[in-house]
Amino acid sequence: FCGLLLTTAKYNLKLKTSTWELRRVNFRKSRSQNISAHKRFTELLEKHEKEQIDARVPIGRIITLPELKSNPFKERICQVFSTSEQKDGSLTFEDFLDLLSAFSDSATLEIKSHYAFRIFDFDDDGTLDCADLEKLVNCLTGETNDAKLSSTEMKQLISNILEESDIDKDGTVNLSEFQHVISRSPDFVSSFKIVL
Amino acid sequence: MVEKFFQDHERKMPRDSLITSENDSEQDADLSLQEEHESKTHRTKRRDGDRQKKKRRNERRKGGTRAGEGEEDLQAVSEKRERSKRKRAKSKQETSRRENNEEEEAQLTGGKGTKARKDIRNEKTRRMEKEEVREVDENVDKGKKKQGSTKKGEKKEDGGKQLVKEKARDIKKKKHKKAETSSEPETSEEDDDEEEDNDKDVVRPECLSPEELEKLKEAVDERKKLIQSLRGKPWPMKKKLVTLRESQEFVEKYEGALGKGKGRKLYAYKVLMTKKWMKFQRDFENFKTACIPWEMKIKEIESHFGSSVASYFIFLRWMYGINMILFGLTFGLVMVPEALMGRPYGSMPRKTVPRAEEASAMDFAVLWDFGGYAQYSVLFYGYYNNQRTVGWLKFRMPLSYFLVGVGTVAYSYMVVIRTMARNANESGVGDDNSFNFSWKMFTSWDYLIGNAETADNKFASITTSFKEAILEEQESHKDDNIHLTRFLRVLANFLVLCCLAGSGYLIYFVVRRSQKFALDGLENHTWWERNEVNMVMSLLGMFCPMLFDVISTLENYHPRVALQWQLGRIFALFLGNLYTFIIALMDEINLKRKEEKVVKFNITMWEASLYNGTVLENSTAPPVTIHPADVPRGPCWETMVGQEFVRLIISDTMTTYITLLIGDFLRAVLVRFLNYCWCWDLEAGFPSYSEFDVSGNVLGLIFNQGMIWMGSFYAPCLPALNVIRLHVSMYLQCWAVMCCNVPQERVFKASGSNNFYMAMLLVILFLSTLPAIYTIVSIPPSFDCGPFSGKNRMFDVIHETLESDFPPWFSKVFSYASNPGLVLPFILLMVLAIYYLQSTSKSYREANVELKKKLQMQNEENKRKNKRAALKAQMDLEEARKTAQEQQRNNNASVQDQEDDTDIHVSGQNPPPVGGRGSQMPSSRDSGSRTHDRGNHGPSGYLPGFARQTEPRMYRVPSLQRH
Repeated sequence: FCGLLLTTAKYNLKLKTSTWELRRVNFRKSRSQNISAHKRFTELLEKHEKEQIDARVPIGRIITLPELKSNPFKERICQVFSTSEQKDGSLTFEDFLDLLSAFSDSATLEIKSHYAFRIFDFDDDGTLDCADLEKLVNCLTGETNDAKLSSTEMKQLISNILEESDIDKDGTVNLSEFQHVISRSPDFVSSFKIVL
Repeated sequence: MVEKFFQDHERKMPRDSLITSENDSEQDADLSLQEEHESKTHRTKRRDGDRQKKKRRNERRKGGTRAGEGEEDLQAVSEKRERSKRKRAKSKQETSRRENNEEEEAQLTGGKGTKARKDIRNEKTRRMEKEEVREVDENVDKGKKKQGSTKKGEKKEDGGKQLVKEKARDIKKKKHKKAETSSEPETSEEDDDEEEDNDKDVVRPECLSPEELEKLKEAVDERKKLIQSLRGKPWPMKKKLVTLRESQEFVEKYEGALGKGKGRKLYAYKVLMTKKWMKFQRDFENFKTACIPWEMKIKEIESHFGSSVASYFIFLRWMYGINMILFGLTFGLVMVPEALMGRPYGSMPRKTVPRAEEASAMDFAVLWDFGGYAQYSVLFYGYYNNQRTVGWLKFRMPLSYFLVGVGTVAYSYMVVIRTMARNANESGVGDDNSFNFSWKMFTSWDYLIGNAETADNKFASITTSFKEAILEEQESHKDDNIHLTRFLRVLANFLVLCCLAGSGYLIYFVVRRSQKFALDGLENHTWWERNEVNMVMSLLGMFCPMLFDVISTLENYHPRVALQWQLGRIFALFLGNLYTFIIALMDEINLKRKEEKVVKFNITMWEASLYNGTVLENSTAPPVTIHPADVPRGPCWETMVGQEFVRLIISDTMTTYITLLIGDFLRAVLVRFLNYCWCWDLEAGFPSYSEFDVSGNVLGLIFNQGMIWMGSFYAPCLPALNVIRLHVSMYLQCWAVMCCNVPQERVFKASGSNNFYMAMLLVILFLSTLPAIYTIVSIPPSFDCGPFSGKNRMFDVIHETLESDFPPWFSKVFSYASNPGLVLPFILLMVLAIYYLQSTSKSYREANVELKKKLQMQNEENKRKNKRAALKAQMDLEEARKTAQEQQRNNNASVQDQEDDTDIHVSGQNPPPVGGRGSQMPSSRDSGSRTHDRGNHGPSGYLPGFARQTEPRMYRVPSLQRH
């Protein structure tokens, strides 16, 4: 019992220091927000994991969060913010905070667009090519079959998008092009938010 | 990343050294060793211990050098060195191999080795000129003929140097590495200085020269900048933390060193204070966010229904704030002074309930109608006395009343316009349509949506918007049967106009009828007849929008355009209703004024008779005191107007709440529970749940506010009522939305509409202040009620104050200033200024568009250029690599006969030349640079991101441990 107490105390200490440091990093995020984030995170952990300091929550449990549940990009979001070696999309508490800070009010347009780009870049190759765009459209139109666009519509759509945003005409949208497009958008910043 | 670079270099280093001469190898080995140390000391925090060890080692080496020609001595030294290194338990395989090599070389080279080692130091300090290197190389080459040819050796030497330079650059790139690495060599150099005085020309004392100080300052500044910009970097949290910690340590360590003595203390104090201040600011920020009311409620709604529904609640909160301030103004400056310091209730006729009404004055029905006691209280205009000053404070009551009325309107204008300007700034120039598809694609998902139904709706709306956009793109020119559409649109507008006219007439009719009822006396009529006006207005406001909605389906507009039309029509309807109401009120005011004249005449007659009577009866007795309730009085049209507005607000509020309860809650309950025993699916089919109608609600709010602005001059209680109403509706609507609404299908973008609402609010504000100002300016106030009674016009109170409370010169100046001869030119000037600003802003906008175009063109051009350059560079690189391979093969062949084992190792370690640019950057750089230096022929290969000119900077930054 004593050992258990000690570990929890240690964990709390570690948590305290880490939250404190995190607050210095993104200090517009208030402490209460951090603590509530931690609460939500520990809810996702299983009992034996709660004592570990750098416990990872697997992707399956992360996407059950009500804030992410109906998001079509939930898997991508997990994968982008995950620092795990196996690329399985599992998140540590730090990753989780990372996610929240990128989706918070105080994050800049640059950060938001950077992460949005990585979320949309389904094959992680650094550019949005036709396959990525197609996947993106399919994500946005939902899973149901009747809502899907026909292949000609899809082709038209993708060619239109490339025509608009592919400035160097290499058939893909890269990060700077993407940010250029996003920066003009009136409501990207207000909608690229997740609130716990 | 930093570690990776270092590992790369470590890997490269031995290879190079092994291929080339012993001297070179020793140089490189030493260098790399030091590098390794530094990186390690940096990574682990055992900096000091390492430094000491290194010092010791350096001393030993120096000793060896000085004494040193004896082979045994040297060997012993190197052995010691090796042992000490091993002790550190950090040595990797490569290190030990290198050391072995060194040992071997040391034995072989003897005296020349020492000289070479001095050269190493030179290179460390980056002071060495090329001639010297060559000289040494020649020496080395003369002395030892182990390698194939002198020329090759020289080239290798150059190659090695190049590598070091490269490394230096890499490290420079990594700012956090720089200082650490720079500090390390210094210590050793210090030792050099102390012990090797004869080598002064080579190793100069590294004092803190001003330029070096400058550099350090730069580094510290850069670190600080890094700390500040850290939040804006898309790095993972771990990296952020590590970088932050490192840079903070660095800054803390070296910042103090910049100032000396007193300055340092001051500096530390300053740093401390900044830290404290930052912390305070952070806490204050947290406190401020904690103070925002309903933040969590709105966030919750936002996460369920998306940002557009939340925008309504944010608007509601904003409205609440404004009303709080209006309420504060009227309450603090008008109501409370009059209630506390003015004459008490019952002291004069205007403050007493008349005898005829006394019996029913406390009835709830009367109070609910704001008659009886409510009518003769601070809530309404008529209660206020025209006493110039009240109480011991000499509070100018009428003036205050007037100024508060004006201030309310002025403040509202200011706030609305300021908010509009801010919104316009925020949205910027987001209205260009050049990225229509991309925005639909990349920004249409609302990440706040946390509700499955909302998500489904969003999916559907996105799909339709995609399809619509595609269709529009395809059929942008095709337009079928334009005549029918036109006809239908004209018809729809005609119908809407009919509706508007009909509703206007209905209201006018009802108001006139109610006046007739009022003349007859309200008691003889039914409840409906008494409340006809308000009910009709509310019902019209409820059903006409539905009618408009039906009509708008005729028009076949794009949903967004249709929504705007719909909003415009509802706006027109409300406005028409309001204005009909006001016109009817005007009629009533005129009636009252006629009545007033009669009453006034009667009163003079009555007073005269009273006076006559008293005079006749006994002249000495004090004048007969008549109870104020019995004194005849005028109708007081101002109070009547105020009452009308208050009633209107109350009925409007009631209608809103009841519609909410019946239309939303009851419907939801019915749908939910009848669904178990019904023939069709109620939830998905006809009645279903109601949507939250953002635009309708916002319009309702705006009109409510308009009525407040219009009526608050005659009923100071209106802002207070509105505050209560908004407070209640905040909770009620939050609850209703969460419990019985489904998200709307047609998604109205929040940010785009904000200014639309604001513009409507501004229009309403203007339109609602117009009648108020008209009544204030053109109608004389009632003679026996209100703060301005007895004056010809309400604004005379200003004149009066100017005359009696200010020095005469002031009123003179004021009268000059208000002279039309001065005012008119001033207005003209203002109009001109507005015109000028307008035209300049237009020209700026045009210039902006032009610049944007230019920028885009340039961007494209640049991209193309870069691409070409990159392609060319890649080709060059390929070529270079090929030659490098050949050279390597030759080289391998030449070295093979000497050191077989090492050679095997070299070829094993040599990375295969791969075409990939990005992933193989270090190796390709390595080979590219080597080829370049090896063959002085051919064009200098242009490598992207790799400037050839290097500066010996990193080894020169002075150490600070000396102080």
